[in-house]
Amino acid sequence: MSVVVFALVQLVPGDPIRLALGTRFDQETYDALLARSGLDQPLVQQYLTWAGRAVTGDLGVSFRSGETVTSLIAERLPATLTLALASILVALLIAVPLGTISALRPRSLVDRVATVLSQIGISVPEFWMAIVLILVFAGTLGWLPSGGYVGLTEDPAGWAQRLLLPAVVTGVVSGSVITRFVRSSVLEALGADHVRTAQAKGLPRRQVFTWHVLRNALLPLVTVTGVQLAYLLSGVVVVEIVFSWPGLGQLALQAVQARDYPVLQGAILLFAVTFLVINLVVDLLYTAIDPRIRR
Amino acid sequence: MTAPLLEVEDLRVRLRTPRGPAAVVNGLSYTVGRGETVAVVGESGSGKSVSVLALLGLLPERVATVTGSARLDGEDLLTMSPERLRQVRGPGVGMVFQDPMTSLNPVLTVGRQLVEGIRAHGEVSKAAARERAAGLLAEVGLPDPQGALDRYPHELSGGMRQRVVIAIALANSPALLIADEATTALDVTVQAQILDLVESLQADHGTGVIWITHDLGVVAGIADRVLVMYGGRCVEDGTVDDVLERPAHPYTRGLLGALPDLAGDGGDLATIPGTPPAPTDLPGGCVFWPRCPVRGDARCETEQPPLQVVGAGLSKGLPHRAATWCTEGSAR
Repeated sequence: MSVVVFALVQLVPGDPIRLALGTRFDQETYDALLARSGLDQPLVQQYLTWAGRAVTGDLGVSFRSGETVTSLIAERLPATLTLALASILVALLIAVPLGTISALRPRSLVDRVATVLSQIGISVPEFWMAIVLILVFAGTLGWLPSGGYVGLTEDPAGWAQRLLLPAVVTGVVSGSVITRFVRSSVLEALGADHVRTAQAKGLPRRQVFTWHVLRNALLPLVTVTGVQLAYLLSGVVVVEIVFSWPGLGQLALQAVQARDYPVLQGAILLFAVTFLVINLVVDLLYTAIDPRIRR
Repeated sequence: MTAPLLEVEDLRVRLRTPRGPAAVVNGLSYTVGRGETVAVVGESGSGKSVSVLALLGLLPERVATVTGSARLDGEDLLTMSPERLRQVRGPGVGMVFQDPMTSLNPVLTVGRQLVEGIRAHGEVSKAAARERAAGLLAEVGLPDPQGALDRYPHELSGGMRQRVVIAIALANSPALLIADEATTALDVTVQAQILDLVESLQADHGTGVIWITHDLGVVAGIADRVLVMYGGRCVEDGTVDDVLERPAHPYTRGLLGALPDLAGDGGDLATIPGTPPAPTDLPGGCVFWPRCPVRGDARCETEQPPLQVVGAGLSKGLPHRAATWCTEGSAR
């Protein structure tokens, strides 16, 4: 995986040193910088140096700012984490009720409306939705700030106000995807034979639904939510840019523009690791909620 | 004579299917007395399962239309309020389903699934309900009933699961037990145990039983009366002796003729040619005529034969009835 990350980053055209020095520079400075950054080494050598350090937690130093990549990432992590968790919360708040109601009344008006809405949610570009929301809530109505980020501890109200719009945009997109999964897994759970057994026992409706339908429909939901969360944690670049949200997506984009290889590699590596960790967590969660997997 | 436990009258079930409306049950009437076992036999697709699911309101409302009446102790199951129906499910009617692999919830323990059924019908403490659940599992012959309470369905064999399903149905000592192919998935020794259990239950509580099965051996073993279904109709009913010894309907004769004979010469099994009619496309007249080996009456293809008494019956008082135009030669 790290090989792929490294190779992809090297494929980005452009010379970082040239970009850092601007238009006027002398060959000596250029050579000195090239040697210091290690970019004069053969690619394989560069990779081995980078990977060797990466396993010890040292992701190198930014070409641009001179700060360590780990400190740059650590600085951006809270913002991304906040947005991702808030978005998944919004997504679940939309998806679970909407998907469940749709499944309970398939082909009803609610179901049709939900299907259309989730189709729109999936298809509408995030940047467009973000801009529309900014125009309405920050522009016309003036209720919310148009972007930026403050820490929760510094200004809780401002934190919540600034979080709301980006969380809604990404939450609606993820929520649209999750709604469909909830609908189909609840529908499937509803048709299961054991639900009939539960009804035949004379259980109250609510109990049948909670313990014999939802409980079972939860299993696939955990997987989709995990995938969505991993996607959100990898920094939602477009939304972060539009809302000037100082997260990892923004960091990665700036690194691309500056050909800041160490930062870019570090960020991408982190995204990949995040994906793996989330998948691991999902698998562990499964053993907790599905007795068939336990041993 | 006291009123029967269950009195089904003119039960009809229509299902909306992608291939058009299906008439799955067409005017079924029968009774089950206290302590009586009625066996319902017939090929797959004859409407046996649907007819009992309809009694308990277990067919999906969006696709099924149920008409007629089914009075349990004088109370119509088909028109009662949802809350009353919920109360009847369990103590009034217990149901055992066909497939032990899918009729238990995979993510809840066996104990939980029993306990919730017990606690849905009365104030019982968790501990007491658990105690009762273990007792039920012991009754259905599950080894280590205490331990089984904390097991999940996938940890049990098919036979053990089916016994759990039966224990769930018996949990509230139902007045009527409906067993839909309850022992088909079990091997014969376990099957015999279950049949014994049901018989002792009947002796103790006077439970009425509807036993749906393909297995005519089981019918001969436990049933008092038999109801033969074909094309969503009752084509013949009567006491076990009457129906099995002197079947009047050509379809019943076909079913009996298709039984393998251990003492026989090992030749080919007799079969009934053709397949049961699709409920979306039932034939006019007698539902059985397209496959009937003895059809000849002019009315076979045009007129539905009524269910009429065909003989005094071996046991007096209980009629032996059949719906066919060819009643002559009813002895096999």
